[in-house]
Amino acid sequence: MLLRRRAQLKEFEVTDEALYLGRRQFLRTAGLLGAVAASGALPGCLQAADASAGDDEPDKLTPYDDVTTYNNYYEFGTGKDEPAKRAGGLRTKPWSIAVEGLVARPATYDLEDILKPHRLEERIYRMRCVEGWSMVIPWLGFPLRDFINRVEPLPTAKYVQFATLHDPSQMPGQRRNVLAWPYTEGLRLDEAMHPLTILVAGLYGRTLPNQNGAPLRLVVPWKYGFKGIKSIVRMRFTETQPPTAWNRAAPQEYGFYANVNPGVDHPRWSQAKERRIGEFRRRKTLLFNGYGDEVAHLYAGMDLRKFY
Amino acid sequence: MAQLARRAGKPVVFLLCLVPLGMIAFDAATDGLGANPIEALELRTGRWALRLLAITLAVTPLRRITGWNELIRYRRMFGLFAFFYATLHVSTYIGLDMFFDVGDIVEDVIEHPYVTIGLLTWLLLLPLAVTSTRGWVRRLGGKRWATLHRLIYVAAITGTVHYLWAVKKDTYLPLVYLTVFAVLLGWRLWAWLARRRRNAGAMLAGSRGASTTAAG
Repeated sequence: MLLRRRAQLKEFEVTDEALYLGRRQFLRTAGLLGAVAASGALPGCLQAADASAGDDEPDKLTPYDDVTTYNNYYEFGTGKDEPAKRAGGLRTKPWSIAVEGLVARPATYDLEDILKPHRLEERIYRMRCVEGWSMVIPWLGFPLRDFINRVEPLPTAKYVQFATLHDPSQMPGQRRNVLAWPYTEGLRLDEAMHPLTILVAGLYGRTLPNQNGAPLRLVVPWKYGFKGIKSIVRMRFTETQPPTAWNRAAPQEYGFYANVNPGVDHPRWSQAKERRIGEFRRRKTLLFNGYGDEVAHLYAGMDLRKFY
Repeated sequence: MAQLARRAGKPVVFLLCLVPLGMIAFDAATDGLGANPIEALELRTGRWALRLLAITLAVTPLRRITGWNELIRYRRMFGLFAFFYATLHVSTYIGLDMFFDVGDIVEDVIEHPYVTIGLLTWLLLLPLAVTSTRGWVRRLGGKRWATLHRLIYVAAITGTVHYLWAVKKDTYLPLVYLTVFAVLLGWRLWAWLARRRRNAGAMLAGSRGASTTAAG
């Protein structure tokens, strides 16, 4: 009797509160993604929900204020605090996206028409920046593939390129040639069609703030954050690999694939660990940002050192 | 009045040099360092180290140009504060960023040139801080002391290169610092060349004078 009580007490004492709350968060995450899975949208949800994959520390949502004030969005300046301060002048209404290239239905689509047929779902993803920090963000979006299917890519289409708005009058950071404007990004078509790849119109249940890429941005959770192009105005389907902004800026540092990989360092800094915003100690970075079970097959047989 | 300025000068400059630290401490205490406070601490302490290095290096040119010789009284303090902020910068990196993980730090220093050159910069400043006292000037002798303290020229360059290599893409600010140091060091080179030319001219004039005397 006494022994049992002691054992219970010990068990209770070692359960640290943060971990306990983390478990609750985990359950919440699992629940949300479970709901998404129930709607038939996301076979990969289990891995996404397995928040503490490969590490003992649980994943907690990064506070809204941090997600919306610490941004890399060079169109509004290169300081992390600048996008939140300077993106107010971006006009996101009206907005349209030109779909070009190897598709059966090339056209300029109004944002409303793009969003209308899709049900926005919450996806809680880790976001790992190539600079060595990370966040956990509840996005509001829908699978990119659902949109791609609507525009019907031709069999010759192998890649899709995205472009951000180029308008220095609204985007003061574009007055300096820090990058070759407009910002462009690209995915292989099978990456773009992957169920984890989403177009995002909101976060934390709200409309996407300008500094986070309003009105519509890309999120590819197993790749470094810079692949998640913001304020998209063009999607072009191509047969050959399209040029991408960071790859053009420094090809030896930023590859086309840019998959999160702790084993392949940035030439100037390590990618083995990351600082989760809001945490003190660095934590280990996970291969494919922890989404390996879902996406590793896309790169079977590829040398990830070469195709970084 | 001049007496008062003389007496109050050092304490005032000392307090001014502590203002950046006060601002950083205030932000740290009021949750004002942003989403990534450790990165913010590293950036701000590092930039102040470079700024104070620039101020230290500006003392001599300003003295020569304006003739305001009083400035020399503050040079040591500026230099020591540059070292102070550099030490805060290195401490933030070791204690907060890497959390004293010796393995990670050693690997980082060996594998990443911007870290290597950053540490080198601090190591260059260290002997200058140690030998900044009157006693050390006496022990080393003025000439040797002055030679040793020219290491600050090297530290200014390595410190700026450290900043340049650390930024992801936007090199604007590091290049501003580089320009400032180029001007400050360039002035010294120019002054040194001018001095040499003058000395050579004087020597030439001297020998010519001697020969005329001989001929006469």
